[in-house]
Amino acid sequence: MTSHSTYAQYTVGEPVKDTQAPEGPVSERWDTRRFQAKLVNPANRRKHKVIVVGTGLAGGAAGATLAEQGYHVIQFCFQDSPRRAHSIAAQGGINAAKNYRNDGDSIHRLFYDTVKGGDFRARESNVHRLAQISVEIIDQCVAQGVPFAREYGGLLDTRSFGGVQVSRTFYARGQTGQQLLLGAYQALSRQIASGGVEMHARTEMLDLIMVDGRARGIVARDLVTGKIDTYFADAVVLASGGYGNVFYLSTNAMNSNATAIWRAHRRGAYFANPCFTQIHPTCIPRSGDHQSKLTLMSESLRNDGRIWVPKAKGDNRPAAEIPEEERDYYLERIYPSFGNLVPRDIASRAAKNVCDEGRGVGPGGQGVYLDFADAIKRMGRKAVEAKYGNLFDMYARITAENPYETPMRIYPAIHYTMGGLWVDYDLQTSIPGLFAVGEANFSDHGANRLGASALMQGLADGYFVLPSTINDYLARNPHKDEVDDTHPASVAVVNETKDRLAKLLAVDGDRTPDSFHREIGELVWEFCGMARTDEGLRKALDRIPQIREEFWARIKVPGSGEEFNQSLEKANRVVDYLELAELMCLDALHRSESCGGHFREESQTPDGEAARKDEEFSYAAAWEFTETGASPVLHKEQLTFEYVHPTQRSYA
Amino acid sequence: MARSFWDSTVGKKIVMGVTGLIMIGYLVVHMMGNAKIFFGADDFNEYGHWLRVVGEPFLHRMWGLWIARVVLLTSVILHAVCAYQLSRRDIKARPQKYVHKKARMSYATRTMRWGGVILGLFIVWHILDLTTGTVHPDGFEDGKPYQNVVDTFSTWYGNVIYIVAMLAMGMHVRHGFWSAAQTIGVGSRTRERVLKATANGLALILTVGFISVPVAVMTGVVS
Amino acid sequence: MKLNLRVWRQKNAETDGAMASYELDGISPDMSFLEMLDTLNEELIVSGEEPVAFDHDCREGICGACSLVINGDAHGPERTTTCQLHMRSFQDGDTIDIEPWRASAFPVIKDLVVDRTAFDRVIQAGGFITAPTGAAPEAHATPVPKPDADLAFEHAECIGCGACVAACPNGAAMLFTSAKVNHLNVLPQGAPERETRVLDMVAQMDEEGFGGCTLAGECATACPKGIPLMSITSMNKEWLRATRKSKR
Repeated sequence: MTSHSTYAQYTVGEPVKDTQAPEGPVSERWDTRRFQAKLVNPANRRKHKVIVVGTGLAGGAAGATLAEQGYHVIQFCFQDSPRRAHSIAAQGGINAAKNYRNDGDSIHRLFYDTVKGGDFRARESNVHRLAQISVEIIDQCVAQGVPFAREYGGLLDTRSFGGVQVSRTFYARGQTGQQLLLGAYQALSRQIASGGVEMHARTEMLDLIMVDGRARGIVARDLVTGKIDTYFADAVVLASGGYGNVFYLSTNAMNSNATAIWRAHRRGAYFANPCFTQIHPTCIPRSGDHQSKLTLMSESLRNDGRIWVPKAKGDNRPAAEIPEEERDYYLERIYPSFGNLVPRDIASRAAKNVCDEGRGVGPGGQGVYLDFADAIKRMGRKAVEAKYGNLFDMYARITAENPYETPMRIYPAIHYTMGGLWVDYDLQTSIPGLFAVGEANFSDHGANRLGASALMQGLADGYFVLPSTINDYLARNPHKDEVDDTHPASVAVVNETKDRLAKLLAVDGDRTPDSFHREIGELVWEFCGMARTDEGLRKALDRIPQIREEFWARIKVPGSGEEFNQSLEKANRVVDYLELAELMCLDALHRSESCGGHFREESQTPDGEAARKDEEFSYAAAWEFTETGASPVLHKEQLTFEYVHPTQRSYA
Repeated sequence: MARSFWDSTVGKKIVMGVTGLIMIGYLVVHMMGNAKIFFGADDFNEYGHWLRVVGEPFLHRMWGLWIARVVLLTSVILHAVCAYQLSRRDIKARPQKYVHKKARMSYATRTMRWGGVILGLFIVWHILDLTTGTVHPDGFEDGKPYQNVVDTFSTWYGNVIYIVAMLAMGMHVRHGFWSAAQTIGVGSRTRERVLKATANGLALILTVGFISVPVAVMTGVVS
Repeated sequence: MKLNLRVWRQKNAETDGAMASYELDGISPDMSFLEMLDTLNEELIVSGEEPVAFDHDCREGICGACSLVINGDAHGPERTTTCQLHMRSFQDGDTIDIEPWRASAFPVIKDLVVDRTAFDRVIQAGGFITAPTGAAPEAHATPVPKPDADLAFEHAECIGCGACVAACPNGAAMLFTSAKVNHLNVLPQGAPERETRVLDMVAQMDEEGFGGCTLAGECATACPKGIPLMSITSMNKEWLRATRKSKR
C-alpha cells in the first residue's frame, strides 16, 4: 500500500509556460494569434479528421463548427443523444459584454470582473479573449433560433446576475443552458445530416491513443453492445465536462464523469488546479441516505429570501414556532452591508459553519432556512409568485413542503469545477494534438467562476477559439502516416482497457460501484469540500489508497462486458474518481492559501475571509501523472497581472 | 407533390378531414330534408322528387343528384381508404401493448375506428333499403319515399340498425369535426372553445334530428 | 414503505421480455422514483442478480433521459418527468408496474432502456436553422416580437423524452415534431427554411415508422413540459402552407 507520506511528497518539475499567447496589448492578442495561426487549405480540410469527445456546449459547438469548416469530425457522447449533455441543466444565463443597457458595461469590464471574480488565478490573455468573444456568441445563438427572453419592443432582455453591477446576462427563463445546447445540437445535427460529423452516441471514451508523442485517437466502448473500438484522427478534442461527480452528491448529472480527462492525464496531459471546485449555496438539501444527486435552485432566490438558523443548538421546533428573537440571520449579522447577497463561497461556508455548530435544520441538520415570509409581507404573495413561482414549484415537488408557508431549506452543493486539463492559449493540452474545451479545461475562471460565465466559456471555446487554433496545429503538423488498430500503440491501449474492464468483472466481491462512489464522495466532501485543512487533507490522503485497495478487492459488477451494462460503466468511472480524488486533495494540501472556491482554514483574514498568498501562490498548478498512487510532479505556470491588479476581496 | 401529399400521414389525415367535413355538410342537409317528413306524405314525396330535378334546367334531370352522389361516394371511399391505411400504420407503430392497461381517451375518440366501420356498413344498408329498395322489408315503391320510410321503421330491426348507427354517427362527428379542424390547421387557442362547442352541438343536433324520424314512426306521429 | 414492483425485464433487443416481480422494503416517501429503483438495483447487485437497466441522467427534469411507463402512464401519475416523481405519490403496499416506452420506432435495448435515435434523425432532417458559425448578424438586427419569442420558447421547452410517443395509442411523434417545427418556424430567423423544414421533418417522422395522429390528446396529457396539443394543429397548418408553396 502506498502511504500518504510518499504521495504527498510531490516533486516540482520545470515550470510550464503558455507559449501561444502573443505579446502586446491584451486587447490585440486574439487578433494577433489568429493572424499568426497557419491555415489549412479549405480543399484539404476534409482529409483531416478530428475527434471530439462530448456534445455539450463546448463539444457540440466545436463539432458543428469544425465540420462547417470542412473537417471530418468523429464525435462521441455517452448519452443516447447529443442533446442530453449536462449543459442542458444550466439555469441562470449567459454573460456578454453587449452593453445593450448602456449601463457602463464593456469588454474590458467583463474581463476585469472575471479576473477579479476568479480571485486572480486565471490568465489575463485567456479571460480577455473570452470577454471579446462573448459578444459574438449572442449573435450566433440568436441566428440559430435560441429563444432568449425579449422585451416588448422585440429586443433582447438582460438581467444582472451573481452580484455584478451591470445587466449583462442574457437568459431564456430558467432554462438558458437547455436553449443554448439545443442551438448547438441543432447545428451539430445539420452537420451529421450532411455527413460532416460522424456521430457515435452511447459510446464512451475509455482511453487516449498516442503515437510518437501525439494524440492520434481514442479507445471507446459502445455502451449498447459493449464492443471496444478504436478511432483515429489528426487531433483529439476533449469536451467531456468537469469532475464534480467525484463528490458523489453534486448538481452534475448522474453519468457525468471524469474518465476522458483522467485517462488523458494518465497519458501525460497535465491536470491543473484540481482543488478549484465551486460550491453553490442554494441547493435543496439531501433528504436521506438514499439521495442520489442534488438539485440547484437559482441564486436569485437570495435577492428576496432571508437566510437563518435557530440561535440555540439542537432546536428542533418547526420554523414557525421559533420566535423572531431566537433566530440568527447570520449572513445579515456577519456581513451587514452585503447581507444575504454575499458571494457564493462565503454564503456556502457560513452555512457549513452554522451547521457544524449543530444549528442546522432539517434531516441530519444539514440545512439552513431561506425564508420568504418578509418578502411575502412586503411584496405580496402574488409578486413573489410571479418572480419565483417556478422555483417554488420545483422545491415543493421535491420536498413536499410549501415554501409560501414554511421557509425553504437550502444547503450548499458542488456544482462546477474550475480546475481541469491544463491548456495553453490555443486550448492545447501538454500533449500535442490533444485539446480540451469547456469545463474540461482549467483556462478561464481561475479559482472561482462568476455566475452565467460557464455557458459563455463553453460556447466561446467551441464556436470560436478552438476552430481557429486547431487549424494552426493541423497545418503545422501534417501527419506522416495513417494509424490503424494494428499499430502497437493502439494495441497496447486497447489491451489495457480490456484488461481493466475484465478485472472489474472478475473481482466478484460484495460491494456495489455506488457504495464506493458514495464513500469516496463523502470523504472528499468532508475534507476537500467547502473548507479544507492540512490535517483533514492528510487524513483523506491516508484513506484514499485504502478505499482504492478495498475497491479492487470487493467490487461487484454483475453481467458481462459484451452487453449493455450500467454497473460496469459506473464501476469504471469510480476507478478514475478514486485516483482523481487523491490529486484533488494533494493540490488542496499544497496550496496552503485560500482563494476563490478553495478555502484553507489556516489562511483567513481576521474577519474570516479567504486570504490569498499572492507572493507564494500566484501560479496555476499543473500536475503531471507518474503512476497510480505515486506522487505526481508539479509544474507551475506563473501568472502575471498587467491589467487587473490583485486586491483582497472584502464583503463585510 | 401530390405523391408526397398522399404518402404523408399528415396529408392523409388532411384528406380525411376534408372529406369528413364534406360528409358532415351533407348530413346537415340530409337531416333538414328528413324533417320534411313531419309535414306529411305530400311534402316529403315532393321533396324527394325535387332532389331528382335539382339544378334544372341548367343541369339535366338527375344530374344534380348524381353529382352529389359522386362527390359523396368519392368522399366515403377516400375517407375509408385513408382510415384503413392509417389504422394499419398506427397498429404497426405500436405493436406491443402495455401490460398495465389504462383507458383514458374520451369514448368518442376511442370509438372512431369501429364507429367508422359501423357507419360504412350502415351506409350500404341504408342505400339498399331506401334508395335501391333491394333489402326493403315490404314492397319498395320508387317515388314514394314517405311510405318506404314508414315501412322501414315499422320493423324492429330497421329501428335498431338505424338508431345504433345514428348514435355512432353522433360520436364520430363529435370527435371528427373537431379533429378535422385541427388537422386542416384552423384550430387555435382562441377558437378552441368555439370548435369544441360546435362539434358537440353538431353531433347532438344531427343525432337527435336523425333519430327523431324512427321515433316519430314508432310513436305514430308519422304513419 | 413496502412495495411490490413488477418490472419489464428484457436481456436485449433480440430476446423477448417479460414482467418480473420484486418485493422492496424500507422505501422512504421522500425518495425519488429513480432512487427507489437505485435501492432495488443495489439489492440486486449484492445478491448477484443483474440490476434493472434504465435511462437517467440529470435527475432534475431537463435532460429528457428518463423514460418509464409507470402503472400505464408515461412518467407516472404526476405531470413531470420520472426523475422528479417521488414515492410519496404512492401508498405503502402498492403494486407498481414499470414498463419501457412502447413504440416500434423506439426498440427496446435492454429492460427499460429504449433507442430514441429516431428523434435525432427527425431533427437532422430539418430541425435547425442554417447559421454557420461566424456568419451571424448583430443580435439586435432583427427584433422579434415578444409574443413570438415566448411562443417559440414554449415549444423549445420540449426535452425530447419521448413520453408523447409512449403515451400515444398510435405511437405517433406528432407532438415532438410539432414542438420542434414550431419553435423554429415562428421566429424570423427560421423563416427562410420554413417550408422545407416542416416538409422534411414530417417526412422523416413518417420514415421512422411512427404512427399517425388521431388527435387522441394522450401526448399532451403525458408531456412533462406541457407542450399543448394545439402545437400539432399549428404544424398541420405549416405543413399545408408549405405544401401549397413548395417548389419541389
